[in-house]
Amino acid sequence: MDAIASKSISSINLSIYRYDPDSGKKPYMQDLSIDIPEGQDIMVLDLLNMAKEQDPSISFRRSCGEGVCGSDGMNINGKNGLGCITPLSEALKGNKIVLRPLPGLPVIKDLIVDMKQFVDQYKKIKPYLINDEEKPEREIKQTVEEREKLDGLYECIMCGCCSTACPSFWWNPDKFLGPAALLQAHRFISDSRDTATEERLDQLEDAFSVFKCHGIMNCVSVCPKGLNPTKAINEIKKKLVKRAL
Amino acid sequence: MAMNGKGEELDASKLKVLEFDGIVVGGGGSGLMASLQLAQSGFKTAVVSKVFPTRSHTVSAQGGITCAIQSADPDDDWRWHMYDTVKGSDFIGDQDSIEYMCQEGPKAVFELEHMGLPFSRTEEGKIYQRAFGGQSKDYGKGGQAERTCAAADRTGHALLHTLYQANLKAGTNFLSEWFAVDLVKNGDNQVVGVIAFEIETGEPYFLKSKATVLATGGAGRIYQTTSNAMINTGDGTGMVLRAGFPVQDMEMWQFHPTGIYGHGTLVTEGCRGEGGYLVNKDGERFMERYAPNYKDLASRDVVARSMMLEILEGRGCGPNADHVYLKLDHLGPEIVHKRLPGITELSKTFAHVDPVEHPIPVVPTCHYAMGGIPTNVHGQVLTQATDGTDNVVHGLYAAGEAACVSVHGGNRLGGNSLLDLIVFGRSAGLHIENALKDGITLSKATNDDIDQALVNLNRVNISSTGEDVATVKAELQKNMQLNFGVFRTGDLMEKGLVELETIREKTQNIHLTDKSSRFNTARVEALELLNLIEVAQATAVCANERKESRGAHARDDFQERDDENWLKHSIYFADTKEVTKRDVNFRPKTVQAFQPIVRSY
Repeated sequence: MDAIASKSISSINLSIYRYDPDSGKKPYMQDLSIDIPEGQDIMVLDLLNMAKEQDPSISFRRSCGEGVCGSDGMNINGKNGLGCITPLSEALKGNKIVLRPLPGLPVIKDLIVDMKQFVDQYKKIKPYLINDEEKPEREIKQTVEEREKLDGLYECIMCGCCSTACPSFWWNPDKFLGPAALLQAHRFISDSRDTATEERLDQLEDAFSVFKCHGIMNCVSVCPKGLNPTKAINEIKKKLVKRAL
Repeated sequence: MAMNGKGEELDASKLKVLEFDGIVVGGGGSGLMASLQLAQSGFKTAVVSKVFPTRSHTVSAQGGITCAIQSADPDDDWRWHMYDTVKGSDFIGDQDSIEYMCQEGPKAVFELEHMGLPFSRTEEGKIYQRAFGGQSKDYGKGGQAERTCAAADRTGHALLHTLYQANLKAGTNFLSEWFAVDLVKNGDNQVVGVIAFEIETGEPYFLKSKATVLATGGAGRIYQTTSNAMINTGDGTGMVLRAGFPVQDMEMWQFHPTGIYGHGTLVTEGCRGEGGYLVNKDGERFMERYAPNYKDLASRDVVARSMMLEILEGRGCGPNADHVYLKLDHLGPEIVHKRLPGITELSKTFAHVDPVEHPIPVVPTCHYAMGGIPTNVHGQVLTQATDGTDNVVHGLYAAGEAACVSVHGGNRLGGNSLLDLIVFGRSAGLHIENALKDGITLSKATNDDIDQALVNLNRVNISSTGEDVATVKAELQKNMQLNFGVFRTGDLMEKGLVELETIREKTQNIHLTDKSSRFNTARVEALELLNLIEVAQATAVCANERKESRGAHARDDFQERDDENWLKHSIYFADTKEVTKRDVNFRPKTVQAFQPIVRSY
């Protein structure tokens, strides 16, 4: 809370990516000077809301404001993150902050990217429980240990920070599934209630879907929820290799 | 023809038309439950959501789904849950609806588990249940119950993602990032669809449907401090009021006890369910004084008021003595990290404290609308005839927080909102499914009917001068916070009502400066403001009219509950701005009704 106060910064230089294809203008960086309340460490999203009061045409997505809905993934001073839970004290370089859309996806307008490719990859992994057995009247039993295997996987908020930080996803967004979709793939492979493990692995067994991950680990360093997609991807690779032997 | 800056007015001839068997406005828990039911039955179903569905506010629900699934306690009974809910509602919850919810609940919870919801587990491999506020065994006589089914403290996230996934599997059509503006009503007062636009392109549509479900969620953004997402602007409520249909019990707003001080973000009641408690500046566990039996797990209205009294009487914490502390540090890292990982993150981010080591500064925050669009247990929207009888609005359904089937009455119990979503989202879907099978015939909307639904959108689009949206919204929120908060009095409310009239005039004269077509969030925010003012005014008028204290509605000038005059729902129409009364249902089908008693915890 006090990092800003101690630096006694009261005015921030915000540089924000602007683009509206309908305008006929090329993308450009807009510079704004924004006065922030003293002694408070506000979030990047708060700063954006203040910017929008100056210029209502600035466009970005936002909803929950607490890092759970995954709307406001963006590139903050060069690193992907969520605007609503990134404090200025962490993001600022001097008194300057540069905001750009998530890299690698088509820009619809300003900070808003087209998430279609990202969602299409998610859909490919069949992101739902498959269990064709007859259902019990009550819950399908699962031990505490079995359930623990889903921790670190089910919490994904689909913000897109990881996949859009991944060079492999930039090069092959249609063939490499990307860290977010693969984390989900592993979530269902790991679920003791899912009966389609073999089919799921079959679907991943090609040169691109999983194996284009080269362990760069950008996904891990940007995930706002502290998840580890690289680890999940390695687990999938191990299962595929083990199966082939 | 996309909307653009040329100030051109839209009319019926300029709209594209899409036709569905059922459309659901809103992609949160209740909406996705309704759409799933329809899509699984093979009907052409669309979810119209202003955000990608998993961004909906259900995702923020933390603690769990309260439901007597007999996991923690094999002898648990849905009737005990019903008793708690009726008592929690301060006796204006409809008992037929509460009965339906508590009895049907287990089926819906197990359905979700079968869909893959990653519930936490007990040692026996069953769904984990924790204690929550206002929960008892044996009709209040058997002590604290543990009835809230949880996926750590991320139950809403787990629920919403599971439902989105199930809808993908079922082939639901998602119109993601589409904004629904107004209902289209035909000459017979039936609803035949909505006007909506695709936010990305600004292209307006008439979405025609045999059944329209409003699952638009809450409207906490009428207040300055709220746990609600920025998208919670009461869009469905605004649409209904503009279409000439009523809302019910809008004075009943829940202030959740534990919003993080200075931010409003919530930390779950599950914190107290796991053994956390509140202390004042003297370190006193003050809830022992206000609720000797249930202490920190008294119902939310009681706890929130007790906290405000501690603060008003000078026993608040911090330099301004304006909050209290939620203590979890005595629970140990094991419980905190395993059961409450999400709130650990939130309190580090927003309060800059690690709850394992330090208490979290908290203050009540606007959290939930018990009131909303009146419906029956099938989700069918009701209107009130001049003689006071209920009439079904054909073609229109509502579910979830937007609706008031009235299971929460004057105060909602923790964990009952997620149960409400799944049970009544499903029942609306079931009713529509059966109606579609029987054949629905609604008369056609004329071009005039459609033009009528375009009035608001046109006014915003052609505005060339006028008021600034952000400024008017801030005035509205401040007014509601100051004059219609946790404690209310007639004088302040009268003053607030006068101010609201001025604010309404300003909303009729807002100026959309950015008229561009593509992903114009300024246009969305302008239209949201038109919904916020409808909700705010309904709240204000009803709050002033209900001259008693009941549930979340606490008046300094009428401190007692008045069963003689106000064991009733309030009904409000926007055109008259007048309040009428509606009977509370005391006719459950399989149990004896619970009669009003003094409510103590």
